[in-house]
Amino acid sequence: MSIIVYAESLNGKFKKSAFEVLSYGRALANKSKKSLVAISINADDPLKLSNYGPDKIISLKDPKLIDFTAQNYANVISEYSEKENISILILSSSADSKYIAPLISVQLEAGLATNVVSIPESLSPLVVKRSCFTNKAFNNTTLSGLINIICVSNNSFGVFENPSKPEIIDESIQSKINSCLKVNSIDKASGTVSIADADIVVSGGRGLKGPENWHLIEDLASVLGAATACSKPVSDMGWRPHSEHVGQTGKPVASNLYIAIGVSGAIQHLAGINSSKVKVVINNDPEAPFFKAADYGIIGDAFEVVPKLIEKLKAFKS
Amino acid sequence: MNILVCISNVPDTTSKINFTEDHKAFDVNGVQFIINPNDEFGLTRAIWFQQKNQATVTVVTVGDSSCEPILRKCLAIGANKAIRIDTSAKDGFYVATQLKSLCEKEKYDIIICGRESIDYNGGMVPGMLAQMLKLPFVTNCISMEVIDNVVNAKREIDGGIESISSSLPIIIGAQKGLVEESDLIIPNMRGIMQARQKPLDVIDPVSSSAKSSVEKFQKPQEKESVKLVASENIDELISLLHNEAKVI
Repeated sequence: MSIIVYAESLNGKFKKSAFEVLSYGRALANKSKKSLVAISINADDPLKLSNYGPDKIISLKDPKLIDFTAQNYANVISEYSEKENISILILSSSADSKYIAPLISVQLEAGLATNVVSIPESLSPLVVKRSCFTNKAFNNTTLSGLINIICVSNNSFGVFENPSKPEIIDESIQSKINSCLKVNSIDKASGTVSIADADIVVSGGRGLKGPENWHLIEDLASVLGAATACSKPVSDMGWRPHSEHVGQTGKPVASNLYIAIGVSGAIQHLAGINSSKVKVVINNDPEAPFFKAADYGIIGDAFEVVPKLIEKLKAFKS
Repeated sequence: MNILVCISNVPDTTSKINFTEDHKAFDVNGVQFIINPNDEFGLTRAIWFQQKNQATVTVVTVGDSSCEPILRKCLAIGANKAIRIDTSAKDGFYVATQLKSLCEKEKYDIIICGRESIDYNGGMVPGMLAQMLKLPFVTNCISMEVIDNVVNAKREIDGGIESISSSLPIIIGAQKGLVEESDLIIPNMRGIMQARQKPLDVIDPVSSSAKSSVEKFQKPQEKESVKLVASENIDELISLLHNEAKVI
């Protein structure tokens, strides 16, 4: 019996979450005394995974899997999971992984838990802690499949180096393509960091008074190499695109640092960003609920504080 | 065109989340239940198909009779018919199995689920249902048009948007963007009156077992209070973030 980790890549490069799920897999393999297999699909340099402790790497190359299509990816991962006689499959909680996980779970008749935040508290039965109520609570879920799938919440476990000398299997495959769904085009927001992958997120709310002031958020984000985000009213009013809306009905954020500027901190917003490690709030209203949720705060006018912060950070970085 | 919209009954987004004393269940005391927001975006899109393409919209939920008020609300919003599968939702797999059984009996061209519920956040049901029915599946869907049985859809991906086409039937994981918040339909008196006359069928569940169970809930630890930094002392904030929090 073994544990498989699917190490996600984008354009041939591993995502940070690939190293995190592999670190998680290593810890779980040690605890359960099982071998750890990593699968990559069209990754340029699968050997990079050996820094994080797999016993075996299966590097699949398939020209038909250059673009992500959920059904085809799910088929391939299921097929190799069966070949390796697995007991646990570990995925990330990225949009793609959460897309394929339910498909794989039906194919393998496996139990599934998403948004898992720590190593299983017990192995038999398999009990995992996961976040629910949009980060307002956790629950302990028992998985009772013969095979079980764990989607690890992004940035919840961390990346731990653990160099190994894995057996490497290179396979060229030609997967059968599911013809009824066709990807026509992909528009990538170019040159910016996506909220899902960002270590730092800078977010603006109604306090910024209008879209014309968003250069403050963008400049601060650019100094920090951060992604930009916004509150729900801001996206509802059309100041910023929906893809930037974070909160209960928007995107979840699990960054290391979340800086909220002119965001009051409605309960739905706080729910969506709760998994971020460190939260900073800048707001001129000392009564803003965000101050109760934040680690650090400045009570002050964003239009005065943020330009100074940008200037000081530039000096600090250089 | 026949559309099924799968609905979850969830606590209002402003609810304080509390659990019973033994931590085994959500405390429903004083909590208002609503249509899961992602499902409501999907329902509104379905109503547009009804208005423009004469589609028939059926809503379904898996749950006990306490879920009926939100089904009535869906009918007041404009759905033609409601179905309640009379059992408690044990886990995502169990719910998907119930829906599969319904979808095999009736023929639906479009099956819409919210991409996830805001209470359990599993995000499992639409994908499981798609795999069980072997139908094409688009989740995180922010746009969908149907012309001559061809679906053109857009899906939000990490850092971008993907355009997809597919044939019918299809399963959609709905989210905000499929319609806007301002497009949501508030039932009027006429809709509410009509909803009382519309069919709400209660059907028996099929036998199935769950593959997971929730043992106990817990709330996050109380956090320490915020450290305030004076607005003229930005250097201190940078130093705290660098030396104490170690995030920059």
